[in-house]
Amino acid sequence: MNLTLKIWRQKDASSKGQMVDYKVTDISEHMSFLEMMDVLNEQLINSGEEPVAFDHDCREGICGMCSMYINGEAHGPDRGVTTCQLHMRMFKDGDTITIEPFRAAAFPVIKDLVVDRTSFERIQQAGGYISVNTSGNTQDANALPISKHAADEAMDAATCIGCGACVATCKNSSAMLFVGAKVSQYALLPQGQVEAVDRVKNMVAQMDLEGFGNCTNTGACEIECPKGISLDNIARMNRELMKASVKG
Amino acid sequence: MALDSKVPKGPIKDKWTDYKNKINLVNPANKRHIDVIVVGTGLAGGSASATLAELGYNVKAFAYQDSPRRAHSIAAQGGINAAKNYQGDGDSTYRLFYDTVKGGDYRSREANVYRLAEVSANIIDQCVAQGVPFARDYGGLLDNRSFGGVLVSRTFYAKGQTGQQLLLGAYSAMNRQIARGKIEMFNRHEMLDVVIVDGKARGIIARNLITGEIERHSAHAVVIASGGYGNVYFLSTNAMGSNTTAAWKIHKKGAYFANPCYTQIHPTCIPRSGDYQSKLTLMSESLRNDGRIWVPKNMDDVLAIREGRKKPTDLSEEDRDYYLERRYPAFGNLVPRDVASRAAKERCDAGYGVNATGEAVYLDFASAIERYGKEQAKIQGIDNASKEKIIALGENIVEAKYGNLFQMYEKIVDENPYKTPMMIYPATHYTMGGVWVDYNLMTTVPGLYCIGEANFSDHGANRLGASALMQGLADGYFVLPYTIGDYLADDIRTGPISTETKEFEDAEKDVRDRVDFFINNNGTKSVDYFHKRLGKVMWDKVGMARNEKGLKEAMAEIKAIREEFWKEVKVPGNANEMNPELEKAGRVADFLELGELFAKDALIREESCGGHFREESVEESGEQKGEAKRNDKDFAFVAAWEYKGEPADAVLHKEELEFNDIELKQRSYK
Ligand SMILES: Cc1cc2nc3c(=O)[nH]c(=O)nc-3n(C[C@H](O)[C@H](O)[C@H](O)COP(=O)(O)OP(=O)(O)OC[C@H]3O[C@@H](n4cnc5c(N)ncnc54)[C@H](O)[C@@H]3O)c2cc1C
Repeated sequence: MNLTLKIWRQKDASSKGQMVDYKVTDISEHMSFLEMMDVLNEQLINSGEEPVAFDHDCREGICGMCSMYINGEAHGPDRGVTTCQLHMRMFKDGDTITIEPFRAAAFPVIKDLVVDRTSFERIQQAGGYISVNTSGNTQDANALPISKHAADEAMDAATCIGCGACVATCKNSSAMLFVGAKVSQYALLPQGQVEAVDRVKNMVAQMDLEGFGNCTNTGACEIECPKGISLDNIARMNRELMKASVKG
Repeated sequence: MALDSKVPKGPIKDKWTDYKNKINLVNPANKRHIDVIVVGTGLAGGSASATLAELGYNVKAFAYQDSPRRAHSIAAQGGINAAKNYQGDGDSTYRLFYDTVKGGDYRSREANVYRLAEVSANIIDQCVAQGVPFARDYGGLLDNRSFGGVLVSRTFYAKGQTGQQLLLGAYSAMNRQIARGKIEMFNRHEMLDVVIVDGKARGIIARNLITGEIERHSAHAVVIASGGYGNVYFLSTNAMGSNTTAAWKIHKKGAYFANPCYTQIHPTCIPRSGDYQSKLTLMSESLRNDGRIWVPKNMDDVLAIREGRKKPTDLSEEDRDYYLERRYPAFGNLVPRDVASRAAKERCDAGYGVNATGEAVYLDFASAIERYGKEQAKIQGIDNASKEKIIALGENIVEAKYGNLFQMYEKIVDENPYKTPMMIYPATHYTMGGVWVDYNLMTTVPGLYCIGEANFSDHGANRLGASALMQGLADGYFVLPYTIGDYLADDIRTGPISTETKEFEDAEKDVRDRVDFFINNNGTKSVDYFHKRLGKVMWDKVGMARNEKGLKEAMAEIKAIREEFWKEVKVPGNANEMNPELEKAGRVADFLELGELFAKDALIREESCGGHFREESVEESGEQKGEAKRNDKDFAFVAAWEYKGEPADAVLHKEELEFNDIELKQRSYK
């Protein structure tokens, strides 16, 4: 198929960006979206133009590196996938596709479609861990049985890949789903209880400091999340925060 | 230089404990004055960084991605081994050790492997304490599955996302130390050279991938944890950015490179679909617990399927060739990876491949779905369950076990693997070879360490499933933090290492010159053009089956591609900005050298062992006819290569392998 691409080009963080049109031809429906971008870039290089910079790495939907806001949706029109898993069979011959970076005050553009998500890093550093040193004499893993239900739920929360689609999708650029997922993982496990109060307070405080917006319960984040992280995690985080404020 | 593996004396089961009791330690107050650079923050580098920082060292960690959480360890699916024997099925440290040495086709160093097995149980305890949500059974205890090449269930897992969960565990431990200022994290930074001062590794030169700035960083020791070099094949299950640059640069500065030809071609990957293909996707080996591999018995059916006249589900049991079960009745679908891959190639080469390219076999879950369905019907007390009901119940179980993999398959191939068998074909996946290290995980350069997939140490000529995660975490959490102390104990009075020295200046200049060369070369062809050509030579001539003629051709062809690359490569953009093509150019330049050494290593190893299959070396007769033939008399050594300029001129050093605790046997999975 033949396509028209409207792509955000921006030289660096301090330059102004703009949408630029490109044409690609002979695109196979079996290609992934990023393979289509590879075709475009090869074409640009061969014609002496600068290729489009975009983040990507594992290309199997787990590293969370790829982003892209495609036709007004984070990771494009398919559900439950990242951009690297989006396939061209979702598009038709003759389509015009708009490709922009993830946009949020806390995700400044670095170049073209590449954004800076280190705000997520700082939130994790504020409390996204259990304080246990590596010693080689930690208690036996089976000394503490954990119900399968709790373990499975913690796992579901922990599948977050930190891509930022939730933020890009939210009209308030809220990071509640991302933070809620991490808080939930530990809240559901006995190992996480000791530091529960400080964790939720510190992570939420850092989130606010980074300039992420508030949650107004539109639920858009859950719909666009490539890993299906549920809104329940936000509710759980709010409960944890409430408990924390009671406990001081 | 003679290779000294520094394996401690004494009985194998006491070596590590005795050694730890005797090595030098650095007292906590002095650790504050010592800096360690860790390049790479996957399972190996992430766990090492966190642990070294917990101990009190000042750690500077580097990764080319925008976060440690995105290292390619994140993509590991199936699981991690540990000799916990929670299932009571006869597992033990010795058995894990034995399986790993045997699985590696007797080409690994016994003492290292034993230590790996010994610390494996600690890894699970540590990860659980960190909050890693491993799968559990209804009693709340940890669940296990089994992987290829073994007869026990010792693999711990977190759905099909074990690597993700383990890496997030290490990442959380890192975050705690970053918050305390004990780890300084350099995201989006690429190491482009190591700096050696007075014979010791004392720093690195790195490029800031956002600004293009070339930076000097010093430390008392440098640890390389940069992952494997599978992308030398262009197509592999590795991430797009996975590379050999860090490992290759240290090789050029004196670290020997061991066994480059030991590469694992994984049997269960999604077949390629066209020339635009940028990477291959693994379908976890855990699927072989429940999936049965087959091709049609008759050529008529093969053709009918390819032409779309028949579907695989139309074929009756008699018309299917479950070739692994036929050839290897004892291990069946759970033979080790190298054996499974070659068997798939054998069938496809014979013309039985089931897709348009002729390079695909089936992985079928119908029997498992039925078996689980019946079991569930019984558990739930459903008498006379209908066939549909049984299948629905069975599909639920299969979904719970492998749901994310099935979804991944469906998204890529656009077929529903619950209803029709998956199509799979082998792909490059893991590199057992790597930088040579001694028992301390130190390279041949003092103060320069190498851990994780980047080193050569524990898997011999073939790695068993779920053992890479184990090795990465063993190296980073439990081995390196001890052994590095022994070396650093001499550095407590050294003081900070200055970057204002000639050595740093020279190394920086070399890096700048190369960057400038690429930017100014103005050639005619893109980096990918060369990478794809290299990949094709590697796959065709240095792939699943190798022979003398092909290997010699490969060496010459790779050299020619390399020469053309330096003349014709075109890198758009500038040096002082984010420039992904420039990053790729540097990586491919290094692959073009490694590729040739790889072929040379394969050429001198005139035997078949593990992932290295020489067509000239097969069993001629008997029960094992046609199977790979190892030659212990002449080749029970590690091939460690010293850099001498051109890869073809590399000098071979042999580390003879001694087997005192395991008897050398021809592997049999029959
Ligand atoms: C798809 C897939 C599935 C797998 N499944 C399993 C499994 O189920 N069980 C199992 O045991 N093993 C599995 N493996 C193998 C295992 O995941 C890897 O061997 C292991 O995770 C490697 O870890 P590592 O820390 O050595 O390297 P990586 O995780 O690859 O990390 C490399 C790090 O080095 C950095 N880096 C690289 N070069 C540079 C440079 N020049 N400068 C700065 N930083 C650099 C990267 O940024 C990254 O942080 C799988 C592998 C793949 C590809």
